[in-house]
Amino acid sequence: MEGTGRTALAPGDRELPAERLLDAYRQMLTIRRFEERALDLYRAGEMRGSTHPYIGMEAVAVGVCLALEPDDYITSTHRGHGHTIAKGGDVRRMMAELLGRATGYSGGKGGSMHIADLDRKMLGANGIVGGGMGLATGAALTAKLQRTGAVAVCFFGDGALNQGILHEVSNLAAIWSLPVVFVCENNQYAMSAAAAWTIAGGDPAKRAAGYGIPGLTVDGMDVEAVERAARDLVDRARRGDGPSYLIATTYRFVGHHAGDPLNYRPKEEAEEWRARDPIRRLAERLLARGLATAAELAAIDSEVLAQIDDAVAFAKASPPPSVAQLLTDIYA
Amino acid sequence: MVTTSDRQTAAEAVTAHERILTYAQALNEALREEMRRDPTVFVMGEDVAAWGGGGVFAVTRGLAEEFGTERVRDTPISEEAIVAVAVGAAASGSRPVAELMYVDFVGLAMEPLVNQAAKLRYMFGGKVSVPMVLRTQQGAGRGNAAQHSQSLEAWFCHVPGLKVVTPSTPADAKGLLVSAIRDDNPVVFLEHKLLYGTKGHVPAGAYTIPLGVADVKRPGRHITVVGVHMMVLKALQAADQLAEEGIELEVIDPRTLVPLDEATIVESVKKTGRLIVTHEAATRGGYGAEIVARVVELAFDYLDAPPVRVCAKDVPIPYSAVLEEAALPQVTDLVTAARALMHDEV
Repeated sequence: MEGTGRTALAPGDRELPAERLLDAYRQMLTIRRFEERALDLYRAGEMRGSTHPYIGMEAVAVGVCLALEPDDYITSTHRGHGHTIAKGGDVRRMMAELLGRATGYSGGKGGSMHIADLDRKMLGANGIVGGGMGLATGAALTAKLQRTGAVAVCFFGDGALNQGILHEVSNLAAIWSLPVVFVCENNQYAMSAAAAWTIAGGDPAKRAAGYGIPGLTVDGMDVEAVERAARDLVDRARRGDGPSYLIATTYRFVGHHAGDPLNYRPKEEAEEWRARDPIRRLAERLLARGLATAAELAAIDSEVLAQIDDAVAFAKASPPPSVAQLLTDIYA
Repeated sequence: MVTTSDRQTAAEAVTAHERILTYAQALNEALREEMRRDPTVFVMGEDVAAWGGGGVFAVTRGLAEEFGTERVRDTPISEEAIVAVAVGAAASGSRPVAELMYVDFVGLAMEPLVNQAAKLRYMFGGKVSVPMVLRTQQGAGRGNAAQHSQSLEAWFCHVPGLKVVTPSTPADAKGLLVSAIRDDNPVVFLEHKLLYGTKGHVPAGAYTIPLGVADVKRPGRHITVVGVHMMVLKALQAADQLAEEGIELEVIDPRTLVPLDEATIVESVKKTGRLIVTHEAATRGGYGAEIVARVVELAFDYLDAPPVRVCAKDVPIPYSAVLEEAALPQVTDLVTAARALMHDEV
C-alpha cells in the first residue's frame, strides 16, 4: 500500500481509485477486528494495564493516513492501535506488545499505550493527553529545517483540546509556518466529560481562527470525506503554507477502556452513532458503485480475521522478555 | 610510538592555544563549534537571538549572526512547547539545544521532559533516541528571589532516562557541552548564573569531557568535599583557609550528576574517611543525600565520622541580601563543618 500514495491520483481528481478504497476498507476492518480481539484478551485476563479501543473511529485514522506519504510523521494518543495500523504497522508485533512479549514493538516494555513504529514514521502512542502535540510539531520543525518535504500529523482527542500545550504549539507552528496538521478526533467524550460541556465556544474548529490558520470540521464516520479534507490540509502544509486544524466528528462505540461503566451517555445516542458505522458505510458505497462484490468484501473479512488470528497466535507463542532486558534501552 | 618529546610538544601546543575565557564564552564556543560541525544542531529558546545579539546571559551571542535565525530560533514565552518541540525534533533527526532562561521555569515544561524525553526510548523498546540538550541556568546569590534562584538538579536526577550535567569551570563547561550535544540522550545541562562571568583557561578547538567523569579540583588527605556549581568554588576557598590550620580538603566536582562517577568519590573517601557534600539546592531531598547514601553503602567501613551536608536551608530563596546569604551554604559553613569533622584529629 505504501508508495502508491498521491501519485495514484490524477491531478484534480477528487475520487480515490477503487483499489485504494478497498485498501481503506481492509485497514478499517483490520482495526475493528484487532480491537475486538484485544478486548477479548483483556477480559480473559491475558492483558495487563488497560486498553483503549478505537472501535467506531476507524475512518479518521485511515482517512487521514490515506492522504500521507510514507515519510510523513504521525503522533498518536493513548487510543493508538488504529493509528499504528493505518500507518502500515504490523499487527503481529502490535498484538505481541499487547501481551507483553519479547517480539512486540517495544519488546514488552511499553504495552498498548506505547507502540511506536519509527520505520513508518509513527512517533508513538502516548499515555499523556496531548503528549504527541510537541512531538508532531518538533517533527515538523525537523522537516522544515532539513527541507525533507515531510508533513507531520498530530492525532489527539477532544479531551486534549483543553490542554495548554495545544495553545503553545498551535501558536508556535503558526508563527513558524510549520508543516503540521492537528487532527482532533472529537469522539464526544473525554472519559465521562462530554465535549458539549468541556469545549468553551462550542466549535473547536473556530479556535484555529485565533491563530490565523484554517480549521475544518469533517464527518469522521466517512473515510472519503476525511481523506479529502486531510489531503487539502496536508498538501497545504507540504506547500509551506503552515499548520491547520482538522476536527473529525466521531464516536467511540465502546467504553473509554474495557472497564468503562458507560453510565454517562445514553444508550440511544450510541445506537444512533452505530447506525453510521464507518465500515458498513464504506462497504455499502463500494457495493453501490460496483467497485466490489459482496463476495469480494466477504473474502476481505475472512482474510482480516485470519490475519488477526495469526497475530494472536504469534503473540501467544512468543516468549516474555528476558529479565536481562529490564535495564536496557534506558539510555542510547 | 609516542616519545616523551612528542608528548611535550603536544602539551605545549595545547598550552599555546589555551586562552582565558569566561564560562559564558566557553559555552558560546561549544555551541558555535558544534553548529559548524553538525548541520542538524540548532538552538531555540526565549531571547536567544535578538536580545543583545544573543541570550540574556550572552551564551548564544553572535550565533544568529553566523548561523541565521533558522538555526538560532527565538521562541515566544512557551516553555512547555520549547521542550516538547525539542523532543519531537530530536526524535525525528535533529539535535536541538533548547534553552530555558531560568531553571525555575521548568515547572511549566516538566511533562515533555519527564514523560516524553526521558521515557520515549524505553517505552519504545530502544527504537528511538532523543539527542537533545536542555540548557538552563540555576542558582542564587544575585537577589533574584524565590522564583529565579532555585537549584533543582535533584528533580532531574530522580528521573531515569535523563542525564544531568553541572559544570563549574569554563573549560569543563565547553568540553561537557560538546559531549552533551553529541550524546544521543536527553541531557539537562545546568549552568549557574554566578559562574557566567568567571574566567579560566579554555583549550581552543573541539574537545570533549566525557559525561560521568569527576574531576578532583584539589587533592587533600583529610576530608572529601563533593560540591556542585558555585559550591566547588567555595569549597576551594575553604580549602585555602583550612590549609593554614593543617586541614586538607580534597575537593571533587562530579561535573555530571547522572551518570555519577561514584568510583572517584568512593576512592577519595576511602583515603580521607570523611565526607562533606555541598550544594545550593535545599538540603532535604537534595542530591547530596544520594552521594552520602552511596558512600555509606560502598565505603561505610572507611568512614571515621558521619557524612555532613552543607547545603541550602529548606526555605524558598529570599530576596534581602542578609536573608539570602543566610539561606545559602557559605565558605564559613564549610570551614566550620570541616573543623567539627576534625575535632579529635590533626
